Amino acid sequence: MAPLTFPEWRNQPLEEILYHCRELLEDTDFPTVKRWRAAGGKVLGHFQVYFPEEIAHAAGMLPFKVRGAPLEPMQADSRFGSYLCSILKTSLELALSKRVTMEMFVTHPICDAARNLAAVWGRNFDYPCQILYLPQNANSGFAATYLRNEYDRLRREIEQIVGREVTDADLRRSLAIYNHNRALLRDLYALKRETPWQVSGYEAYLLLAVGGMIPREEHNELLETALPLLRARPAKKQDKIRVVYEGGFCEQPPLDMLRALSQSTYVVDDDLLIGLRWILEDVPTAGDPLYNLAEAYLEKSSYSPVQHDLRKPKEEMLLQRIHGAQASAAVVTAAKMCEPGLEEQVAYTHTLDAHGIPYFVSEFEENMTSFDHLEIQLETFVESLLFA
Amino acid sequence: MTTDQHTELVGRGNREGADLFRSWFEELSATAEQGGQSAYVFVMGSIAEVLRVFDLPTVFPEINSLQTAVRRVAHEYLNEAEDYGYSPDICGYVKADVAVQLRKGAHPMGQIPTPSLAVYTNACNTYIKWAEIWERMYKIPIFTLDVPGTRQARMQTWRGDPDFENDRKYVAAQLKELIALCEQVTGIPFDIDRLREVLGHANVMSRGWSRVLELNRSRPSLFNALTDGTVYLGVANGFRGRAEGAIFFDRLVEEMEYKAAHGIGTLTDEKYRLLFVGVPCYPIFRRFNEMFTQWGGTFINSTYLWFASGGTNRGFEYNLNDPLESLAEGILISVRDAMDSMFYQDQVLAGMVDEFEADGIIYHPIKSCRTVSTGLADNRRAVMASRDIPTLFIESDMMDRRVVSEAQLKNRIDAYFEGLAARRAAA
Repeated sequence: MAPLTFPEWRNQPLEEILYHCRELLEDTDFPTVKRWRAAGGKVLGHFQVYFPEEIAHAAGMLPFKVRGAPLEPMQADSRFGSYLCSILKTSLELALSKRVTMEMFVTHPICDAARNLAAVWGRNFDYPCQILYLPQNANSGFAATYLRNEYDRLRREIEQIVGREVTDADLRRSLAIYNHNRALLRDLYALKRETPWQVSGYEAYLLLAVGGMIPREEHNELLETALPLLRARPAKKQDKIRVVYEGGFCEQPPLDMLRALSQSTYVVDDDLLIGLRWILEDVPTAGDPLYNLAEAYLEKSSYSPVQHDLRKPKEEMLLQRIHGAQASAAVVTAAKMCEPGLEEQVAYTHTLDAHGIPYFVSEFEENMTSFDHLEIQLETFVESLLFA
Repeated sequence: MTTDQHTELVGRGNREGADLFRSWFEELSATAEQGGQSAYVFVMGSIAEVLRVFDLPTVFPEINSLQTAVRRVAHEYLNEAEDYGYSPDICGYVKADVAVQLRKGAHPMGQIPTPSLAVYTNACNTYIKWAEIWERMYKIPIFTLDVPGTRQARMQTWRGDPDFENDRKYVAAQLKELIALCEQVTGIPFDIDRLREVLGHANVMSRGWSRVLELNRSRPSLFNALTDGTVYLGVANGFRGRAEGAIFFDRLVEEMEYKAAHGIGTLTDEKYRLLFVGVPCYPIFRRFNEMFTQWGGTFINSTYLWFASGGTNRGFEYNLNDPLESLAEGILISVRDAMDSMFYQDQVLAGMVDEFEADGIIYHPIKSCRTVSTGLADNRRAVMASRDIPTLFIESDMMDRRVVSEAQLKNRIDAYFEGLAARRAAA
């Protein structure tokens, strides 16, 4: 019987559920991980953006999304040079400071900085610290087979850690649980898109983000509880512009920044924690589960600045997201020092200009605490659209 | 050997390398003027072996960009790209190239042709983002040759291991897809005998490059890895798979063997043998080196010469009887090694401290390149834990003079050498 890692929200009204989600997201002691470990569980920490959590889940491990934290990188600072994004430092800090203990760490070749993490982490910890080489040539006819075998390599690594075989049947069970989670998250995003006055972008984010810190079964229960409450809450449509938020695929904007954004606009779609929502459809449970998971990564997936796929020019995908959500403007941000995000901003803004879609450009850092300037700029932007 | 022969031999690599470099840019200018086809590629896995079969001249935008810094005009290009929308916080090479493209190929060394296609590995993620810029600008095909790297420190796999075979098959499949794309772009059918010929030249170059680096164990060191080495590196990249490149490296080995046999060093009074980790400071390239040589310091090896040659420093030689499969294996091993030279270099460096009798290690992380720079502070910590060797950690940039503070660099370097001298005196 898996331990309950996040009991606080249970039997609470909606506002309290959201409050506890925020409390958990801001708790730099990571209590859910500690409770999991206290019950004898093992933890696989995986860095942003996408990780096939099903494989760790099938082995009975807690897949923990390593995505930085609102803390000062007191020890990690000395492991890195200057000119780097904050998430790298705070992620390592939470391990160095023993806030999170894990049995395995996995990063991905998502960017020039993050691909260094396996080496840096490995020089500081004795447990396996690896790169999962997700294919960067998504268009190769061999990519799915390659990835299936790379997932199998990961499965074998995990088996060593948990000391037992991870069978196809285990994987199929996990795929089913994650398929249900994906469906619930699609429901949450549909609610946000179709009736954004029922759930703000900020609230949806709280419900989404805790998923990276708790077992997926618990996340499913949370969403199953919260979704009907959100739909039933008394709320009125307001005179807000509908925007798409882009730039939250890796380092996460501070919660108060998202809250400020949601106060001024309806955030009807976004790329926040896109890795948790990367696969857009159910992964078939019949057949080879690893191949199915690999194929879904390539063929049934979203987009981000850190995945190159000739079929998904990012600026075209952003336009699709805007049109699909019937948004009238975009908020295009990038984390400070995030090269992929900053590079993509140029393509995004030039394309939005060409299509006459208004946009607001900004940079953020996860540890920002002052938003006065941002709020004024944002309100000016919104007013310029409302009163145009 | 006569005095004339001695004079002809010593320094020949630098002279011939510079000549080849000029002729290469002249070729590119001619291609641009004639409207010929070209392939944009990068130093960490140019895949020139395939592109030469299709007579595609290779353009290295990284080299074009660094040349703007060496010629002290990089800031003009950087400003132009920033005006276009690019952030001050992204790779300077990308921005200088964007400005070259906005200037329709105008470059201080000649005219850069527009691309017919771009081919790049994943050794640097910025390669991929960079190619996407050309895709948008020119609507050309771009091809990622994805080369999986080492998954964990000390866990490289080799032929026969199922995980290695998975990676090799993936690279081999992509090479076949690249060949089909090249046929489509150029209209030239693939010729396996031509590939054998190119691979033969590449083999000579890799063998020579490996030998040249090895010969610098000599005391005194035969060439400066930061300055002379960069000239050789330019030929290793620009002429990969060409007869001229093979001849150059044969002759360079001859020169270095001669210097080694006669105790001819790159400095007349070599006091400190240094390893360089990172990317050179191109905005003050000559001056940066002088800050070390004036103290009798010379760079005997450099991780730059490993990763920026795409790992050809390993000396992998292709099997000409099985060229395509061997090419896949060679690219996998070499490009993986290039990545290891950036991420996992601490163990190699520790070994080189012993083998090359190094007196110090200079870490030079730069703002522009996170691939190389992100892990250097931690790497330094690990190396210093395993070897009793003084290291210096100095940050600047490879392109942007706004983040190069010469006075601060000099202060740090001077203090470092004073420490080296005191340490030696106390020994």
